[in-house]
Amino acid sequence: MKELLDQLIALAVEKVPLLGQAPDWVFYLLWMLVAGAALLVYASLIAGITSWVERRIAGRMQARIGPNRVGPRGFFQWIADGLKSLFKEDVTPANADKPLFRLAPYLVFTGMFGAWAVLPYSARLYAADLNVGILYVMAITSLVVIGILMGGWASGNKWGLFGALRSSAQIVSYEVPAGLAIATAVALSGSLSLQEMVRAQAGPLGILGWNIFKSPFALVAFFVYFIAAVAEGNRTPFDLPEAESELVAGYNTEYSGMRFVFFFFAEWANLFLIGAVSTTLFLGGWQGPLANPDTWWGVMIGAGWFFLKACFFVFVLIWIRWTLPRLRVDQLMAMCWKYLVPIAFVCLIGTMLWMSVFGDRAFFGLVAVGP
Amino acid sequence: MLFNFATVGVFLILAFLFVLAALVTSRLVAPHRPAPEKLKTYECGEPPIGPSWIRFNNRFYIIALVFLLFDVEVVLILPCVVVFRGWAGLWQGWFIFSEILFFVLILIAGLAYVWAKGDLSWVKTTRAVLDTAPAAPAEPIASRLQPAAGAAPGQE
Repeated sequence: MKELLDQLIALAVEKVPLLGQAPDWVFYLLWMLVAGAALLVYASLIAGITSWVERRIAGRMQARIGPNRVGPRGFFQWIADGLKSLFKEDVTPANADKPLFRLAPYLVFTGMFGAWAVLPYSARLYAADLNVGILYVMAITSLVVIGILMGGWASGNKWGLFGALRSSAQIVSYEVPAGLAIATAVALSGSLSLQEMVRAQAGPLGILGWNIFKSPFALVAFFVYFIAAVAEGNRTPFDLPEAESELVAGYNTEYSGMRFVFFFFAEWANLFLIGAVSTTLFLGGWQGPLANPDTWWGVMIGAGWFFLKACFFVFVLIWIRWTLPRLRVDQLMAMCWKYLVPIAFVCLIGTMLWMSVFGDRAFFGLVAVGP
Repeated sequence: MLFNFATVGVFLILAFLFVLAALVTSRLVAPHRPAPEKLKTYECGEPPIGPSWIRFNNRFYIIALVFLLFDVEVVLILPCVVVFRGWAGLWQGWFIFSEILFFVLILIAGLAYVWAKGDLSWVKTTRAVLDTAPAAPAEPIASRLQPAAGAAPGQE
């Protein structure tokens, strides 16, 4: 991104010589603010529209209509909900630990949005490309756990406390199989940078080079990662932290008004994030038929593929949520430690063995790739 | 790379400011009429009983401890697997592979230990409970309990 920006700055200075007096970092900061604001708008749109889509799909799946009053097919429902929440009283319970109670939504939202900065939306379309990309994503999304624990504990509410404890136990447990599955993808791609990982998945048709096709173990690792990501997002069938039938609403029981909105904003934006990271790690990111990082139309097609794949995951997540019942808490922990962790270990070792024996070949070792 | 990290830093600050702006706006336009009843801790409509920060089961603590060990393991594995691709099939590749295999085997031994100790089971029957448990019920009661025990998981 910096090269492109430097060219733009040079062009601007050429046209308006007065700008040349400003130091470079002013332009850089300006660009970062513009990019950040654009992505905030994008994340807000995605989260809002996802909330509407989820409610429509849920309605259809339960043989009812869903929101259909505000705008065509209820499309503006999310704007109405957001505006309504803005005008609602924001209650801080007398018994709450007030500074922590107020801080929690910041951590949840910042932790979720921080990961959006490094997503590879397309070959040229990204805000930042860190060399520790995926490690950064894992680290910054851990802020969400702290936010949830903080919010639940600080509410001074027993339901909040239970929900927060369950949530943090669940998220940290599933972090382990997720981390191992990510290590599998890193082994196949040979880089931690998200852009490099996507580039390493080039192959015939733009499809056969995807990491899930590199080895059968990677295919299993993909499912391990996806299950772990669903659990880390606190989505049904792993939504024990906010199990309505036993915990009222879990960690956000005492939240109301705008603070409540941010917890749900983060949850819905997280759906796209789960989809985007799964896509980047295992499904080739912006790789796809006709996607080409070197031409501008190839880049645009790549952006389309990335968006389509991520949206497919969003749909699958919604589909799962409204289809499956909730797990019991002992089943949840057994699922993680007794099944997913051993399977993830086998996936990592198996993938490394496969790479050693078959080399870097696509489609389960059948198709040769590379320059 | 510094440019990229700076971008991420600006993003984090922007996200923080976004939440702040929304909350301040809400504070300005939303009503603010606190009342003792409204500020009371929610406990299903009943007056709250006792303090809210109650003791919780220490299995959460054990889970957190196990997680800590395994998360450090991910940190140690990642640097090895990053360089693995270029060396796969060469002697360096086999060296890394055996290294990780050995490391993972140690971890699996640890997992097996935790598993055998019963710390992965959510409902753990301790020795003290077994010792104080009443003697096994007589035959008719056990046979009456049988169907109910089978139906229990379905209720969740």
